[in-house]
Amino acid sequence: MSTAVEFAISALIVVGAAFVLLGSIGLARLPDFLMRLHGPTKATTVGVGALLLASAIFFSTRESGGISLHELAPLFFLFITAPVTAHLLAKAAMHRKSPARPTAKPQATSDSQHQESER
Amino acid sequence: MLNAAMETAFLLIATALLLNLYRLLVGPDATDRILALDTLGINCIALLVLYGISTASAAYFEVALLLALLGFVGTVALCKFLLRGDISE
Amino acid sequence: MMRAILPRPRLALAVFLLWAVITNAASLGLLVLGGVLAIVLPLLSRRFWPDPPRLIRPWRALRFMGVVALDIVTANLRVARQVVGPLHRLSPAFVEVPLDLHEPFVATLLGSVVSLTPGTVSINVDQERWVLLVHALDAPDPQALIREIKERYEMALREIFAC
Repeated sequence: MSTAVEFAISALIVVGAAFVLLGSIGLARLPDFLMRLHGPTKATTVGVGALLLASAIFFSTRESGGISLHELAPLFFLFITAPVTAHLLAKAAMHRKSPARPTAKPQATSDSQHQESER
Repeated sequence: MLNAAMETAFLLIATALLLNLYRLLVGPDATDRILALDTLGINCIALLVLYGISTASAAYFEVALLLALLGFVGTVALCKFLLRGDISE
Repeated sequence: MMRAILPRPRLALAVFLLWAVITNAASLGLLVLGGVLAIVLPLLSRRFWPDPPRLIRPWRALRFMGVVALDIVTANLRVARQVVGPLHRLSPAFVEVPLDLHEPFVATLLGSVVSLTPGTVSINVDQERWVLLVHALDAPDPQALIREIKERYEMALREIFAC
């Protein structure tokens, strides 16, 4: 493995981990749920993406074994699912905030109230 | 250089996991906890990928892939539960 | 005959490529198995797939993917700064973006792109009024945000899928 490749991998690893941390800082620090949603959907996804790219380069440039591209599968998967997760969570949050809960069954409502009072 | 980068990255991700844990415990709403759990899962994927590089073993890749799949399905199921009060329709 | 075996050639190709990527295309046997899966899986799941709109400008689609990838990187740098910086300067807002496209699949695509790029998460696509409800982390000027989403992403998607 040449120095340039090693440098590229190291940079991707540090940048990726930094973005993962930034996503979690956003999750812990921002004041409102919908604002908190922004950190994990963007920063964390990109951070893990950078780490997966680093892994792909690392395993492709080793002396033994050929090109390793299977890291691309979770990469695409994460980029497809992150917006879906964010969308569903935002919808659930809006649903719980609104006073009228037309679709929820009464039993479920008492369940969620129970959860809230737990803390 | 690679080792130094790896140790820094482990430290950063460990901090991220602690922050997720804080949000998971503090809440305040169920949606916050679900989001924290989902992020925790994705950060675990990051940790696994990193560990795979540091041990130069491709075995952890499958674990990461499965964690991504199951984490997504779990989050969707929990959101569905909050939205409908029921998982299956 | 061809349509009976391969009802969705692009889906079959995607399955085959995904299989090749996951197994690292390690041996000929695995590739043959991938070919079998690429034929069987679309046949088995045929009833679950909605009819996709026709992709009429593939090259424009590639360019759009490049633009989105770049935007994701810049968006993250911006969000990173906002998350670490002082929080009281942020002005979060709900923004309703009126849509000109009336096609569920493309609207979903637009929603996903909006979620991954500059400080915005799409919350709801209203399929009766065709309005995309977006939450922005920092939107001092909502009109500019609406214009940006419409010009940068919606127009490109409408050109690509002709809807």
